[in-house]
Amino acid sequence: MEQLVKRINGMIHLKAYNRQRDDLFFITVEKSQLELVLSHLKNNEGFTHLAFLQAVDFLEDSKFQLTYMLYNYDIRVNLGVKVLIARDKAEMTSIHKLWAHAWQYQRELHELFGINFPGSPRVEESFVLEGWEEMPPMRRDFDTKEYSERTFYQRPGRSTNDPKEYMKEKMYKNYAASPRIRRDDE
Amino acid sequence: MSNLSESKYRGYEADRSKYPRMENGKPVIDLESHMYTKLWQGPQHPGVTGNMAVELIVNGDEIVDAKTHMGYLHRAFEKLMERRRYIQCFPLVCRICVPEPDTNEYCVSAAMEDLAGIQVPERALWLRTLNLEMSRIGSYLMWLGGQAGSLGMGAIGQWTIGMRDFWLDLFEEMTGGRVYHMYMIPGGVRKTLPEGFRDRARELIVTTRKLLYDVENTFLSNAIIKSRLQGLGVISPEMVDEYGIVGPNARASGMEHDIRINNPYVKYGELDVKMLTSTVGDAYARAELRYRDLHQSLDLVTEILNRIPQDGPIQADMPNLLNWKIPAGQTYVKAESTRGEHGFYMVSDGSDKPRRVFARGASYTHAISVLEELAVNISISDLAGLMVSLHTCPPEIER
Repeated sequence: MEQLVKRINGMIHLKAYNRQRDDLFFITVEKSQLELVLSHLKNNEGFTHLAFLQAVDFLEDSKFQLTYMLYNYDIRVNLGVKVLIARDKAEMTSIHKLWAHAWQYQRELHELFGINFPGSPRVEESFVLEGWEEMPPMRRDFDTKEYSERTFYQRPGRSTNDPKEYMKEKMYKNYAASPRIRRDDE
Repeated sequence: MSNLSESKYRGYEADRSKYPRMENGKPVIDLESHMYTKLWQGPQHPGVTGNMAVELIVNGDEIVDAKTHMGYLHRAFEKLMERRRYIQCFPLVCRICVPEPDTNEYCVSAAMEDLAGIQVPERALWLRTLNLEMSRIGSYLMWLGGQAGSLGMGAIGQWTIGMRDFWLDLFEEMTGGRVYHMYMIPGGVRKTLPEGFRDRARELIVTTRKLLYDVENTFLSNAIIKSRLQGLGVISPEMVDEYGIVGPNARASGMEHDIRINNPYVKYGELDVKMLTSTVGDAYARAELRYRDLHQSLDLVTEILNRIPQDGPIQADMPNLLNWKIPAGQTYVKAESTRGEHGFYMVSDGSDKPRRVFARGASYTHAISVLEELAVNISISDLAGLMVSLHTCPPEIER
């Protein structure tokens, strides 16, 4: 694995390298060199299985992190290729030509994170949310509570929605007075 | 991409030389021409696996084009987990898969343990292995009934689902829950085995084998089933990497990959798991392979029952789980479910809630890319059989 990292480092500039377990490694590459790295890993290094492609929202850095998880059947190692892209006007190169199922993940990311993949087939089609007009819901600044309060009505019969307060009223009314919780030394 | 011109389906060879016209590898379909009909299979249909829909374009009763539609089962587990403490994720994750919830529990616990650097005690690992292998049996029994039912043999579905209920009884003894167990928690498992559990499990294994003998005679050796399944939905070895096909679907096409053997987790490294493969790649090969795998799971449960240590801790020393902060990091943990590679990608930012949890289900590609590809040129009546033979499970797709 160290040699592989050296080989890749000779090709391109590797921003970071991290060993999580014996069978799981992560590398971080530049956005512009991603397609090059992935096709090299697939065609020359034997990382032929794309397990998934997913995004992580780092709101505080205003970045999205895309993770391409590859697997090599010969050396039995998972390699996660990480790319950081800008959060506003998020756009990434499509890899649907490298793997025939990559378009699905790209369609999902387009809908749930608002990341655009120009040229990816059916990327504009809705995946799970039909007729959704809010901001992409998996972004961290999407306020689920505010959205559900605006869209749905409260269940009647509860004055407070804080579970802690509610359960205190309901179950632990005589909690402090209960002899069962008194410690021996008291 | 599309295999319209080179059909591998033996039942009926369609003459597709003149229509539909192909452009850029895709059929040009004009619904106004009255040659084609649009037909929805699902979302409420006995022939689809769970809540999903397949939008079909048919010519007569042959499928010309298929498109999978999701979104009927979206419960936003991943989003919910971002707002919950680590231990609060457990009641959510097992609901990702009804027939086989334990793989989710294992993956989430193992991902948290990996990030936090916790060593699980020996006995807990054995109990986890037992739990995982039993859940594989339950899932395979459910699949067996589904595969037979989708081809019109409803009786086998009743036998195997009935047998699965006896396995659920064992789960109830072991974990307290029948369908959703929430048995594995970070650091180990919740309970030890109750008294007499081993004997009851051994008895049940014998009963299950008796039932499987009947199933083999009526289902796998059945000439009608063979004629319908053989040649249906052939996955070629080239497709396996191209489409990310995993699990029994890939092994039936000759790919020698089983995570239990290649990347052993819990105690699978010490067990004698055999690599079961086939080279045919059609629906019958997949059915046969799953049937053999079910027998192997029964063998493994027997072996595990003999080897579980009688005493020892079942929980590692853990911090207060209600206020548990995991160091920042990223990990991916995977396990072999009955459908193939099932994994969880977890990102922690050092707080008491996960930054991102992603559940990678095997059906993600099987039910969309692969199904859309294989459904073309088969008869409408075979679509249900094809979907079950790919073992698709919609909740894995829209977590």
